[in-house]
Amino acid sequence: MTKTSKPILKPLLTPRLTGRRQVLKGAAASLALGAVSMPLMGRYAQTQSAEPIKIGFQVHRTGIGAAYGRWYDRTTMAAVDKINSEGGINGRPIEIIAEDDGTDPKRGAEVVEKFATQHNADLAFGTLFSHVVYGSAPRAGELKIPYFVVSEGHHVASGALNRYTLQPGITDVKSQVQAMAPFVADNLGKKVTMVYPDFAFGHDHRDYFSAAIEAQGGKVIEKIAIPPTETSFTKYFPKIPRDTEVIYHVMVGPAVLTFVKEMGEFFGSSRPEIFGFIDSLEATDLSSPGLEFLEGTYFWEGNPRYAQANQSEYDKAYRAAVGVDANGASVSDTKDVSTYAHMFGCWETLHIVKAGMEASGYSGTGDRAKLIEAVEAMTDMPHSHAHPQGAKRFNGKTHQTFGHQYITRVNNSRLDLVHTTSIEDTLYPDEVDYTKQSF
Amino acid sequence: MSVSETNATRPAAKPLTNVKKSLYFHVGLIGVLFLLQFILPAYHHGNLARIMVLASYAMGYNILFGYTGLLSLGHAMFFAAGMYGMGLPMAHLGWTPEPALVAGFVAGIVVSASIGFLALRTSGVSFMIVTLMFAQAGFLTILYFGEWTRGDEGFVIQQAERVMAGFDLSQPANRYNAALILFSLCLIFTLKLVHSRFGRVMIAIRENEERTQMLGYDVHFHKWMAVIMSGTMAALAGAAYALLFGYAGATFASVQYSIFPLLWVLLGGAGTALGPFIGTLFMFYLIDLSSSFTTAYMLIAGLALVLLTLFLPQGLVGELRRRVMPWLT
Amino acid sequence: MELAPYLILGSIEGLVTAAVLALMAVGLSLVFGVMRVVNVAHGEFFMLGAVLAWFVADMIGGHPAISFIAALFIAPMLVGSLAIVADTTILKRINYDPERTIVATIGLLYIIQQVTLMTYGSNARPVEPPFNQRISIPWFEWTESGLSMYWPWGLGTTTYKLAVIGFAIILLLAIWLLMTRTRIGLIMRATQLDRDVAQAYGINVDRVYAMVFGLGAGLAALAAVLIVPIQQAHYLMGHDPLLLSFIVVIIGGLGSLAGTVVAAVLIGLSDGLISVFFTPTLAKIIATLIVTFVLIFRPSGLLGKHRP
Repeated sequence: MTKTSKPILKPLLTPRLTGRRQVLKGAAASLALGAVSMPLMGRYAQTQSAEPIKIGFQVHRTGIGAAYGRWYDRTTMAAVDKINSEGGINGRPIEIIAEDDGTDPKRGAEVVEKFATQHNADLAFGTLFSHVVYGSAPRAGELKIPYFVVSEGHHVASGALNRYTLQPGITDVKSQVQAMAPFVADNLGKKVTMVYPDFAFGHDHRDYFSAAIEAQGGKVIEKIAIPPTETSFTKYFPKIPRDTEVIYHVMVGPAVLTFVKEMGEFFGSSRPEIFGFIDSLEATDLSSPGLEFLEGTYFWEGNPRYAQANQSEYDKAYRAAVGVDANGASVSDTKDVSTYAHMFGCWETLHIVKAGMEASGYSGTGDRAKLIEAVEAMTDMPHSHAHPQGAKRFNGKTHQTFGHQYITRVNNSRLDLVHTTSIEDTLYPDEVDYTKQSF
Repeated sequence: MSVSETNATRPAAKPLTNVKKSLYFHVGLIGVLFLLQFILPAYHHGNLARIMVLASYAMGYNILFGYTGLLSLGHAMFFAAGMYGMGLPMAHLGWTPEPALVAGFVAGIVVSASIGFLALRTSGVSFMIVTLMFAQAGFLTILYFGEWTRGDEGFVIQQAERVMAGFDLSQPANRYNAALILFSLCLIFTLKLVHSRFGRVMIAIRENEERTQMLGYDVHFHKWMAVIMSGTMAALAGAAYALLFGYAGATFASVQYSIFPLLWVLLGGAGTALGPFIGTLFMFYLIDLSSSFTTAYMLIAGLALVLLTLFLPQGLVGELRRRVMPWLT
Repeated sequence: MELAPYLILGSIEGLVTAAVLALMAVGLSLVFGVMRVVNVAHGEFFMLGAVLAWFVADMIGGHPAISFIAALFIAPMLVGSLAIVADTTILKRINYDPERTIVATIGLLYIIQQVTLMTYGSNARPVEPPFNQRISIPWFEWTESGLSMYWPWGLGTTTYKLAVIGFAIILLLAIWLLMTRTRIGLIMRATQLDRDVAQAYGINVDRVYAMVFGLGAGLAALAAVLIVPIQQAHYLMGHDPLLLSFIVVIIGGLGSLAGTVVAAVLIGLSDGLISVFFTPTLAKIIATLIVTFVLIFRPSGLLGKHRP
């Protein structure tokens, strides 16, 4: 493997080193800018090569999103190394300027301003948490900087944002949820109790799944919304009705493991079918003590954490490039489990940026509108090295992508694929046409 | 509370000159802020607009904490009252910014008057906890009514809706000057208040509540009015934030945003008119600059706070007043 | 679930919360009572206790009981020592000024959080409980043949949760004995009553303060070690327990250890029981408002003797 000349495997040899150098480069440049406020200094410092494409990376390094942010960071750096080693974008290398947003909408907006007006970045990218997207997107629109989010929120496609905000790399929650309903109704049961966090993300699950399961002839018989600050959960489980056939759970935040463990302790040996979103266990080792009861339960996964029997060569190469083993953990520390179900979005979004810039002949910040038009013109994206999660269909009007979803089952503490939804399962009528908005 | 003994114990000679000196100084500062917009690079121009709005929030906090001596841990509730009082009618009833701003203002008065009425039955640490708990209940209420507030995610106020009296508030220059107007109003209000008879009673309450009571002043009424003025100023800042930056969300009602103004005020100097602004400015750039060369910027902010308390106990402006400008209000 | 079994379940859950809360709040109450300062970093000492428990368990390995017992000693000691260092290098130097202490401990909070993030990381990590069996709890109902016993669906708890409650009771008794029956306790109470007089009687107040601050932090860490097999160690976990223990200390009445414990049980139980009757978030709002109104109409707390 070390002797291969395939460019895609090159980052494998030095993924961390290159990643860190990129960060340092960004940091040094921004320090220089910050200190003297001369936006042009950074440019003259790099005379030997083509001027880089500057991508502002809004990353959750601190705050509640930090566990996701770390893996978004690694995936992004791996994608940048791959793209750069293949000649960059239009012959220009990508330079990542990473700024922590503290997973806070106010700081998020400030970071976008910093990318646009201080770093003079070509675009902003990479946000996961929906409230940060909501807080930042208005500023991106006003400053006319393209803002590529990787958030799986329904905010983009709902029409609440603006023409400069796009989500081409990851399917949104509305699609994910509605695509699950046929499988749940056909295989697990029709009487569903939902347990979800009592904020917008949870409400999206509640609303879209309730509608989708009714379309399948099923019914949500109880909705249990957990306050986001909660740390113990057992006291809520008795609200689950006895005739529940399926429990549908989705939780986020640091208390998720407690939630899943206490659910197991509550039911003991007699449990209904359980279907969960992997968000409840993202970045958590399935062999953690207390999770034994999950055997035989089902999960939605945006991208299967464990390498499957039918693993594609694209997934293999992507895993290697990011530094993730066949169990979805870091190659350097098997206890360090990745956020595999979401982070592919960073990789795919950067490849879409590359494709969009090359299609539009992007040469600088003056061409930002052309870049957005080029991305809006995209439709089908085949399963490939650029799209290792699977084929996608992008809707230029709603700025939202649609893709396959995976349902896995816990067998011997690993997640085995049992069902793959079609792209058609994820489609819903357009709620907005951003192309009608002016730039 | 030793922050501004100079104020209360200052000899009565030439009080007018000192008041005027202080007034000229602050008006001069407003002038400088006005001129700065023509020379600042875009990034710092935007930052300063935001800092002026947040400093207005901190100035509201300072009225209660710095001048009246009441430590609240629930001001995010007032900030959010203004933000949602203005934002919700705009989002759901299609109101234009002018009446919506009035709604935010009224929401600020109503919330601060009722919370103040209840919370002022307590004092000291109990007052801290009661305000904290009310704010926590407020935060959860915003989440509970997620159907309208969109909970933690919040909602965007679109660019097209943010046109007030013909000015598009999303444009940098308009935003900057709107923030400056708010900031100037709050600053001048604070100065006027502090030099008024009412303000002197507030300071007297801070210095010695029992003696003020014995002198025949209605301490409870003055404290209540201080909560209302403080809360309403915070609410105005909240409304302005949503209007100028196009977003309202539950994060702004969380405990963290109650602690921020306390921090800013203490850093800048409690009981000084300018302290809240300097504290906000300092904290913003401390985090902004350190985050560009290290990911551990919280460490730097933490160290800076510890060092400041060790070596600049009265805050930046408080120290300035102690050493150089004793006439500063 | 029927109402009665549900109430029992809610009570057990509430008692576990109360046990941990009481330990943490007693630590805060000591600091509050003796030193008259608000320690905003108290929640971070709690968090450090949990994180250190994970490190100890990870390093020692072997049977979970061994590493857990080791953590039970090592984590509070380390956290307590750190607190003593913070006291002598920072708090003592600013003369325990109430407002400056708030800023300084906010600074400390940032420092501890960031250092934990850089060393321990952003993941929530579990520590294995020393023992953990599920116990089903029976209930009685009237049937045609009289009183009969049955096993309601879902009514149960774990041995570890019961052990947490028991262990907390033992620890609280030990603290009570320490405060009322020993010389150290006497010195602490004397300092609390009147610092200057205590000093005049030859008590080294600086040393008492350092000790109290260390003890308070150690108790927070101990509470965290107990809870970490149930909840996971995470670098932001100190925030909510800090707020709750503040509330407990005030409701209980400043400086009253018994009041603190009573308040912890009340708050823990009401959290568990109110959630039986309302939807979860509404239950939280109601519980918060009840506590607030208790304070408004009894500002000195339940068992407090004088106004704070």
